[in-house]
Amino acid sequence: MATKGKNALPSPSDPQTQSESTAALLRELVALLRQNRTQLREEWARRITRAQLLTAMTEEEIFAEATSVYDNYVEALETGTFEALQAYARNLSERIIPRGVETHEVVGIVLLLRDVLARSLFAKYHEDFDKLNRILDAYEPAANRIANTVAVGFVQERERIIRQQQEAIRELSTPVLQVRERLLILPIIGVIDPQRARQLTEQLLRAIRTNRAKVVVIDITGVAAMDSNVANHLVQTVEASRLLGATVIVTGLSPEIAQTLVTIGVDLSEMATVGDLQGGIEEAERLLGYKVLPLEEVSPKT
Amino acid sequence: MEVPILKQGHYLIASIQSALTDADLSQLREALIERVGRFRARGVIVDVTALDVMDSFAVRTLRDIAHMARLRGSETVIVGIQPEVAFAMVQLGLTLKGVSTALDLEEGLAFLDRQTQLRIERGSARLDRG
Repeated sequence: MATKGKNALPSPSDPQTQSESTAALLRELVALLRQNRTQLREEWARRITRAQLLTAMTEEEIFAEATSVYDNYVEALETGTFEALQAYARNLSERIIPRGVETHEVVGIVLLLRDVLARSLFAKYHEDFDKLNRILDAYEPAANRIANTVAVGFVQERERIIRQQQEAIRELSTPVLQVRERLLILPIIGVIDPQRARQLTEQLLRAIRTNRAKVVVIDITGVAAMDSNVANHLVQTVEASRLLGATVIVTGLSPEIAQTLVTIGVDLSEMATVGDLQGGIEEAERLLGYKVLPLEEVSPKT
Repeated sequence: MEVPILKQGHYLIASIQSALTDADLSQLREALIERVGRFRARGVIVDVTALDVMDSFAVRTLRDIAHMARLRGSETVIVGIQPEVAFAMVQLGLTLKGVSTALDLEEGLAFLDRQTQLRIERGSARLDRG
């Protein structure tokens, strides 16, 4: 490969140089990059370590990845097609995202490679400014497109993972649990977005019907933050439950949420609230006419 | 379609069987309010189990029935609102404020029993004090 590359190199004084097409220039470039593969690759890996990128990976791993990125990079330059590179970028992202590699690191290493290669071109052609210019004209757009492809591939992969996780969270749908005859509890954990709020309400209403519930305790201890949208969803859930003849008790409002709700002026006057889940269940039992007594009191020893 | 109104003890039960026009609803309202007096009913139950939509006119009529019946000395409870209907109503802001609701006919009867019992107790307490 290296010898072939050398043969393809025309001398700077070649009169043909003027009419060289971009493709030919790229071919020349590729040959050059192949020829200096070891040296450039090492330089690149060194720069990556120095810039403290990919800190989650060992030096050997960086070198191995650098090698395959380098080869794919050169190949993309050579063939002008980006499918292989795209697939590789996706594959690479799939491997490194779980290890905590950030977007700026991936973009950073690709830009570093671009810089390393550009410098090698400067070094090679610095005596022939005209030729350097043309080589760079051919190199820049291709290199930019490669950087773009890799970065976009990485971000897309990340977004795919985020979407997947969102779905997973959504599937961990909130259970509606019956704790006593006609008493349901609905512990809400995590973020409530409009879609989830809707799902929650529908689920709760259906459960009220099937379990013939009279009282529902909604526990929001696990809800970190609440805005007016979420609060309104909650109010709607309470009202809808009432239409089915069930009383709702909301428990576990944190001090922060209480402050937020009062500050943004959500009208919660229709809502029965109790400090914690235990208090809520006790209140619900009282509404249902239950009374919990220690065993001794129920059947005192004679 | 006319809504049948049944008398059950001290209570009147209006069981809506199909979607009603506005005229049907008004007619139901008048019939119920008239019969509250005629049968000296203590409670009215409107069963809407069969309805899968409820528009603002229907909700307003139900609310009017409840308020008018109360003025005539009778407690009203709406029973059998479907979960989907409840959800839609709340989203439209039709929340039947001030009107009692119960899951189904059985619950509605139990509710009225409790309600009238309370009224009797309150009344006798007042008498005792007087």
